[in-house]
Amino acid sequence: MRASNITAVYAADSGQDVPAVDNVTLEVPEGQILGLAGESGCGKTTLGNAVAMIATPPLYVVTGSMQIDDQTIDLATLAKDSNNIHRPYRGATVSLLPQGAMNAISPTLRIRDLVHDVMAAHDKGVTKAEAMDRATDRLKMLSMPSRVLDSYAHQLSGGMKQRMVTVISTLLDPKLLIADEPTSALDVSSQKELIEMLLQMIEMKIMRGVIFITHDLPVLSMVTDRLAIMYAGKIVENGRTEDLVHSARHPYTSALLAAVLDPTKETRTKHVLGIPGSPPNLGNPPSGCRFHPRCAFAMPECSTKEPPFLLEGNHQVACWWAEKNPGVTVPMEVSVV
Amino acid sequence: MTATTAQNAAAVPGEDAPVLSAINVVKQFKVAGGHITAVDDVSVDFHAGKVLAVVGESGSGKSTLARMLLRLMPVTSGTIKYLGKDVTHIRGAELRAYWRDVQAVFQDPFASFNQFYTVGAMLRRRMPAKQGDETLDELIERCLSYVGLKPDDAVNKHPHQLSGGQRQRVMIARALMMNPKVLLADEATSMLDASLRVSALNVLQDLRDRLGLTVLFITHDIGQACYLADEVIVMENGLVVERGITDDVIFNPQNEYTKRLLADVPDLKGSLKKRND
Repeated sequence: MRASNITAVYAADSGQDVPAVDNVTLEVPEGQILGLAGESGCGKTTLGNAVAMIATPPLYVVTGSMQIDDQTIDLATLAKDSNNIHRPYRGATVSLLPQGAMNAISPTLRIRDLVHDVMAAHDKGVTKAEAMDRATDRLKMLSMPSRVLDSYAHQLSGGMKQRMVTVISTLLDPKLLIADEPTSALDVSSQKELIEMLLQMIEMKIMRGVIFITHDLPVLSMVTDRLAIMYAGKIVENGRTEDLVHSARHPYTSALLAAVLDPTKETRTKHVLGIPGSPPNLGNPPSGCRFHPRCAFAMPECSTKEPPFLLEGNHQVACWWAEKNPGVTVPMEVSVV
Repeated sequence: MTATTAQNAAAVPGEDAPVLSAINVVKQFKVAGGHITAVDDVSVDFHAGKVLAVVGESGSGKSTLARMLLRLMPVTSGTIKYLGKDVTHIRGAELRAYWRDVQAVFQDPFASFNQFYTVGAMLRRRMPAKQGDETLDELIERCLSYVGLKPDDAVNKHPHQLSGGQRQRVMIARALMMNPKVLLADEATSMLDASLRVSALNVLQDLRDRLGLTVLFITHDIGQACYLADEVIVMENGLVVERGITDDVIFNPQNEYTKRLLADVPDLKGSLKKRND
């Protein structure tokens, strides 16, 4: 699965377009989970929406195409087509699990009614019994209790609701699942359960690829095979999760990693400086490398020329510093107290 | 203010006299067919110039405890003492004085702002024009500088023009303008991104070191407690199940619940996904 050259803009009132996603290419290999990380407002969710084909005004996809198996879909022209093209695509080909999806369960319907609604939206002839059978089988596969189907939303815990919407959104065996901040509202124990379920689902080949969007790097390190780090609408680094965590090549990745606070002895004694300044205004991004005003390693060319996208084996990075220092891990901006 | 606060901190002799303490505090909520005990016989002491973290899952009673300490919610039974004085049932002017000394910052920085006021207007509201030798503008400037903001950055802006991290720092500055002895942060950093979260935590650390502020830090994230806190208490279902200095609780937990909570926290390098390629 490959999404190429996606540019998506928000049309602002001032008449100026704000490019929230700027010429991004993502690849999800068969059976893998790709993590998409970055600060709030860097365009992660917008990218997810563009790929899931739910871009609605003021968001417009300007360029970009999506390749799944041998099928190529032009994301830019799709918005003008009728809903008939979207329907089979959504849910069955690409399924989006949006932020806060667990709040979408209607408080007045049982879970099984939602299951039937989702199935019927794609196949009008499906009966309630058929929908229930499918859902029950799926829950059995994931060793979850099937009594959940008879419950109302308020009878379930937050973690269970989130796992249920995940199961429902994958009932049609989508080729690609886009999960947007699925773990952010959960406490650590529920997070772990959801992650284990996702790993199990990919193992069972219920879906063939997942894009997992969050700013929580420890969660991503647990669940993903590859990581893409996004800053101000662009991918700055992309590689195997292990490589990124152990040897970050972009100063922004390194700063994000330094800001991770996990309960280890290291955290107890370190003092993290954080990233100075705030993310740029995407309507008027900085020249050259977009990270240069906040970067500790900025050089003169960083502010004038856009950095090249270096390919180092399986690892891609867009940075002048990385070009000058091949193979060197970016040192972390951390002092020990 | 630095000098006076330091004196106040020094006036409290050592570990024995806590600034704020909860003694056998119980909170029960009535529900259909009985009641649930949200906070069950909890006793905690807050010592001057220390950060105490309260850790626990959703529904463990952390926020209920905080609300009672803030006197925003009556206790069912038990006592709350501030500087040795029983404040459990004070009212009127006494309560308002208590509210000046014990300030709070909550989870959602957006909800605490009036969208129609600039930050400057919000900070100026209901404040006397002069306190001692200091004008209000000087006070605002000083408090904003504690949290790493320049007055030009913030004063003339509306809340929607600030980032989440900046909004939360303005909320801390607002609390500091009252010259508090205790700052209560209830999940104050949970809604922030990792990099902004670290700078907010650094602000709290800095206030403790420079102003001798006592901080009560409520969180579900053990990692943040590990970075910031001097002492940790762990709550489960309204009960304190473990307490002690941070290193003991996190690196040598005794209680089963604490152990489970720690095991579930994803650790960046330790929990890297096992891969087959």
